[in-house]
Amino acid sequence: MLKIENLCVAYGYVEALKGITLNVEEGKIVTLIGANGAGKSTTLKAIVGLAKAKSGSITYQGKNLLQEETKNMVRNGITLVPEGRRVFSNLSVLENLKIGAFYRKDTKKIEEDLEWIYELFPKLKERTWQQAGTLSGGEQQMLAVGRALMSRPKLLMMDEPSLGLAPLIVKEIFNIIKEIHKQGVTILLIEQNANAALKIADEAYVLETGTITIKGTGSELLKDDEIKKAYLGESHG
Amino acid sequence: MSFSLFMQHLTNGISLGSLYALIAIGYTMVYGILRLINFAHGEIFMMSLYFAFYGVAIFAMPWYVSFIVTVIITCMLGMLVERAAYKTLRDSPRITVMVSAIGASFFLQNLAVVLFGGRPKAFPTVQIFTDVIKIGTVSLQRLTLIIPVATIMLLYSLLYLVNKTKTGMAMRAVSKDHETARLMGVDVNRTITITFGIGSILAAFGGIMWGMKFPQIQPFMGVMPGLKCFIAAVIGGVGNIYGAVIGGFILGIGEIMLVAMLPQLTGYRDAFAFVLLIVILLLKPTGIMGEKISEKV
Repeated sequence: MLKIENLCVAYGYVEALKGITLNVEEGKIVTLIGANGAGKSTTLKAIVGLAKAKSGSITYQGKNLLQEETKNMVRNGITLVPEGRRVFSNLSVLENLKIGAFYRKDTKKIEEDLEWIYELFPKLKERTWQQAGTLSGGEQQMLAVGRALMSRPKLLMMDEPSLGLAPLIVKEIFNIIKEIHKQGVTILLIEQNANAALKIADEAYVLETGTITIKGTGSELLKDDEIKKAYLGESHG
Repeated sequence: MSFSLFMQHLTNGISLGSLYALIAIGYTMVYGILRLINFAHGEIFMMSLYFAFYGVAIFAMPWYVSFIVTVIITCMLGMLVERAAYKTLRDSPRITVMVSAIGASFFLQNLAVVLFGGRPKAFPTVQIFTDVIKIGTVSLQRLTLIIPVATIMLLYSLLYLVNKTKTGMAMRAVSKDHETARLMGVDVNRTITITFGIGSILAAFGGIMWGMKFPQIQPFMGVMPGLKCFIAAVIGGVGNIYGAVIGGFILGIGEIMLVAMLPQLTGYRDAFAFVLLIVILLLKPTGIMGEKISEKV
């Protein structure tokens, strides 16, 4: 579905990605884990056109994404839940959800999807008219996910959805990711919480200072000693 | 001061305040969406007066046709200025864009001198607006009442547009976060252009009414109202539409009342706005309705 080949991205003289190759198959949950500054967010930004690629290619369903404008990504079915949630704090919860469906013209389906989101996140329904800035961190994350789902994505990309959230809410978020995946949405997930991410992932990549060092299935990587040591916070023996 | 005289000054102040409010909204909306002071806004206002003048005096259009055409052309001019002077610098540092804004302002002033000549022209007045009517013992131009009513109607339409329509939602979203708005499929450039268009439409309405109230036009007439309305926007809290309206009224009423109460200060009429600006910046730098700027993680 999404193919990244030898992608290099640089900010000025700083190389953030040094030629990564990554493949997201349709219907899978793929996760990209790594430490701060490894280039995880840059990868997602490059996919949606917010960071310019220096070389390499990104293709999505056979289409060259490097030529696409960011605003057209949702039309192609690619939606990003940005790092730090980035809900529109000055808009109501309902408006935030509606802006997720901004490009869509099928008013009736939008209403149905709105109901679906409210079922998925009952808390958001209670707060329909509240300004998004007044929500708690967890609620804002749910709103950010809900907003993204309102675009009816085929590929949903999430940048650290668990960042700064209480463990209980992290659990809830991951359950929802599984739920979304069950509905047929392909997911590319970026996480520092490697443990939680690997548990739900079909495929996993480890990114270290701009290079992919390890790849495998989620369960393989969970057992990998090096990963245990570096990312899962478990010591040998 | 007698009651009727006071009322006369007050209505005058309200109508001047209405005009300030209409122009101030243009500043505040553009600031809200681009974090940029559109220094050319006063010149767009000035241009609108010339468009209306040429429509009536040269092309002999009936006043209402001329005014409609004026609003449309001014709207296009505003969008053109955005395309030419700001859009090309979208990713440049803010100071660059500011210099470009000042440049656009000077350019339009001098363009007006070249095109329309530097000599002041008499703005065509429309009898039904300038007739003097008497309400009780207060006598005033009909215009003095029409201006606030027209302003309220325009404000109502604007607030409807901003708060209830999809375009308005996009404008508010873009004003918060360009990148995320883009991710949601919002055409950010188009939204910015629309914002300039709307600000210019309001400036055109303000300009036409200004012209009938003070019927003399010249190429540099946009400077002082432009500065004052910018101040009005700052007083109200720049970026906030309600704030711009409040700031406009405070400035308009304050200015008229100052001159009415203390005629010896007439010469300092224009200084009033700047004194008020200094006071506000000292007491409440974010303005009356200004949002607290807080950094969030």
